[in-house]
Amino acid sequence: MLAYVIRRLTSGLFVMLAVAFIAFLLFNFVGDPVNNMLGENATAEQRAELQHKLGLDQPFPLQFARFVGNAAQGEFGISYRNLQPVSELLEARLPATLELSVVAALLALALGIPMGVYTALHRDGVLARLCQMVSLIGVSIPSFLTGILLILVFSVTLNWLPSFGRGEVVTLGGWSTGLLTASGLKSLILPAVTLALFQMTMIMRLVRSEMLEVLRTDYIKFARARGIRERSVRFRHALKNTLVPVITIIGLQLGAVIAFAIITETVFQWPGMGLLLIQAITFGDIPVIAAYLVLVAFLFVLINLIVDLLYYVVDPRIRIDRGVVAL
Amino acid sequence: MLQKKAIALALAAFALGGAAASEAAVLRWAHSTDISSADPYGRREDFTLSVLGNVYEGLVRWNDRQQLEPALAESWEIVEPTRWRFHLRRGVKFHNGNAFDADDVVFSFQRATAPKSNFKGLLEPVREVRKVDDHTVDLVLKAPHAILLNDLAGWFIMDREWCIEHGAAEPIDLASAEQKAYTANHANGTGPFMLKSREPDVSIVAVANPGWWDTPRHNLSEVVYTPIRSDATRVAALLSGQLDFIRGVPLADVPRLEQNPDIRMLEGPHARVVFLGMNARDPELKSSDVRGRNPFADIRVRTALYQAINEDAIKKSVMRGRARPAAIAVAPQTHGYDASLDVRLPYDPEVAKALLAEAGYPNGFAVELGCPNNGSLINDEQICQALVAMLGKVGVRVSLRAQPSTQHYGALLKGELDMWMLGWASLPAGDVSALFTAVVHSPNGSLGAYNPKGWSDPGLDALITQVGTEYDPGKRQALISEALRRHREAVAVLPLHQQQLTWAARKGFTVPQPADEYVRWWTVTGPK
Repeated sequence: MLAYVIRRLTSGLFVMLAVAFIAFLLFNFVGDPVNNMLGENATAEQRAELQHKLGLDQPFPLQFARFVGNAAQGEFGISYRNLQPVSELLEARLPATLELSVVAALLALALGIPMGVYTALHRDGVLARLCQMVSLIGVSIPSFLTGILLILVFSVTLNWLPSFGRGEVVTLGGWSTGLLTASGLKSLILPAVTLALFQMTMIMRLVRSEMLEVLRTDYIKFARARGIRERSVRFRHALKNTLVPVITIIGLQLGAVIAFAIITETVFQWPGMGLLLIQAITFGDIPVIAAYLVLVAFLFVLINLIVDLLYYVVDPRIRIDRGVVAL
Repeated sequence: MLQKKAIALALAAFALGGAAASEAAVLRWAHSTDISSADPYGRREDFTLSVLGNVYEGLVRWNDRQQLEPALAESWEIVEPTRWRFHLRRGVKFHNGNAFDADDVVFSFQRATAPKSNFKGLLEPVREVRKVDDHTVDLVLKAPHAILLNDLAGWFIMDREWCIEHGAAEPIDLASAEQKAYTANHANGTGPFMLKSREPDVSIVAVANPGWWDTPRHNLSEVVYTPIRSDATRVAALLSGQLDFIRGVPLADVPRLEQNPDIRMLEGPHARVVFLGMNARDPELKSSDVRGRNPFADIRVRTALYQAINEDAIKKSVMRGRARPAAIAVAPQTHGYDASLDVRLPYDPEVAKALLAEAGYPNGFAVELGCPNNGSLINDEQICQALVAMLGKVGVRVSLRAQPSTQHYGALLKGELDMWMLGWASLPAGDVSALFTAVVHSPNGSLGAYNPKGWSDPGLDALITQVGTEYDPGKRQALISEALRRHREAVAVLPLHQQQLTWAARKGFTVPQPADEYVRWWTVTGPK
């Protein structure tokens, strides 16, 4: 078991290296950050000097080697745009993104699973059909549009909720949270709903189709024949057996939610890592982009590992095998 | 049980939030980007300086009518052409209570021009700052420098003791991540507002400085600045009452805001003039189908392109009327402007076709136009699309290379573009010499950075050098006009238009709108 975890983490290291390598290949297309840093009045000499100082005039392999060397020591350099250490910036932004993503994921789960179960059990009900229709809209509307529409309705027209920012935050041991203040909670609603909408509809559709499949199996028929209560059949027997694929997808989606909160964060000026990334890309802030991509790669590796361990808990067959999961 | 409690808490929080009363004379405003740092020598970038100028002050400052006026220096004189003497204001205190004196000026010079500094370019003409006594300093120049005061307005004075106390005596070094960069989020200036907190990309909160040496024109107790990147969100936040003032209203949203009774649109000229540059230097153009010669080297071709552009149509349909057609790359609000030269060649596609035929291109030619596409210039990509159509009508087949500004300007500076769009505001100097040295002068490794493949004229270069050192205003203007005339007659660039500022404020707020786009908080008044 331990060996398995270590093996997964080691392979994760290679994933991160590969991501960093590809990122560095792409930096040639980001443009020239020096121009943004020195302003339009700088002379050609001053530009060349700064380029040299930052090592941007060095060949690609050398730049990459230096990045890996520094990153191994936990140092990602200074942001060209914010003029602050990148690690400090990411540390400050991580709580905002994680809070948003986790709340959005929980929201998606809390609504998606019951809706999926309901629509599977009452396939022809009016409410089930309505859910199906709404979910179709949910998957097809891009999140920036959802965000803007929500802002127009709930901020501009009704004036109930703020249209941007994170509200007031409280810092607890280095973790800034918006979950403990009124304005923080109010600010969280619209971005979380925007981010959760797609996930929710996807989970609903997934649970529904998995449920339908399981409900058709002999195992359920036997359970019914044995006279087990319908409630127990539905939830203990059927739902639990649909969970393995659902966990996989949710795990992968949580990674996706964190990584792709970018659009939602931009629309709501949510001060998370996604907003940081998009601004870094516009500016050509190479240290931030590199560190962000490596961090996201790490999060994906970590989430996948947790998902694998969860299988172990949910599916007894895996426990009977050697405890190794092939994914 | 726990859940119920949480819900109750959340509901209570809701009610509380709704009941919070708004205080009078707090200015909450937003623009698309954040400042790069609260360190005044972090980066030479206009928006950062415009915000920090409310907290820090220089020896001189710009007022909202675009005039230079005394700030931390009460008066000055030119002792000899390369030595200026500044008499410092007495009794001025930094926000932490420390007294301001000559040592701070000398220290600020050392800090801003340290080898690691990214700011030192501004003070390049200054050789040293000498303390004469506690309230007098001499600035010794490498050569006479006509726009010294303009440059000094962007150089803010820091407190020596405070910097040393916080380990910030050295400027931020981009090559090392070891320092704590205390000055990135903290400030201690002498200005009308004191920085209370700064969280990068989240907010800047400042409170009025009760001990400011000048008489406040504002009635603000607090200013909260929030960067909001998305245009739609920024406009929505103004409409929903979360903000009092925004900059950079998208032109498409102007009619909607104009109809809102609570909102007032603020529109006025911006110092930025948009024009096209052309590679007139290389023997042939990379992106063209003409081989063996460079069409842009021929003035008839450049003139033809100029006359093929219907700027009035661009103004009307692309800029929605919010632009002023220009014939020189200087705005009337910039020092050195000459109205007699600001007369466009008439739009005439027939003349353009004839000129192209005369120059040996009866069937036109192909060329690529580089263009920024993420709004660094207002409606940049749309303007370029209109240009493609207009130039196509006279036979010039333009392909568009639209890319984000970082890539566009990067390619421009490297000389990779054959034809490019550029906008110049001559800021923060507010003087045409900023245009001359960067855009008009031939590239020589130091000057002409934005003219890597463009027009080059040694006579013009000599004029620019003279403009840079001439102190007499009358003589200097004559030199400037002569330089502008030569540049215009050579059709070295194809001028398009001067941009307009589109700001919006809630009723009750008065925000002066100078052409340099600076929001000077000390000139803003809000409802009592």
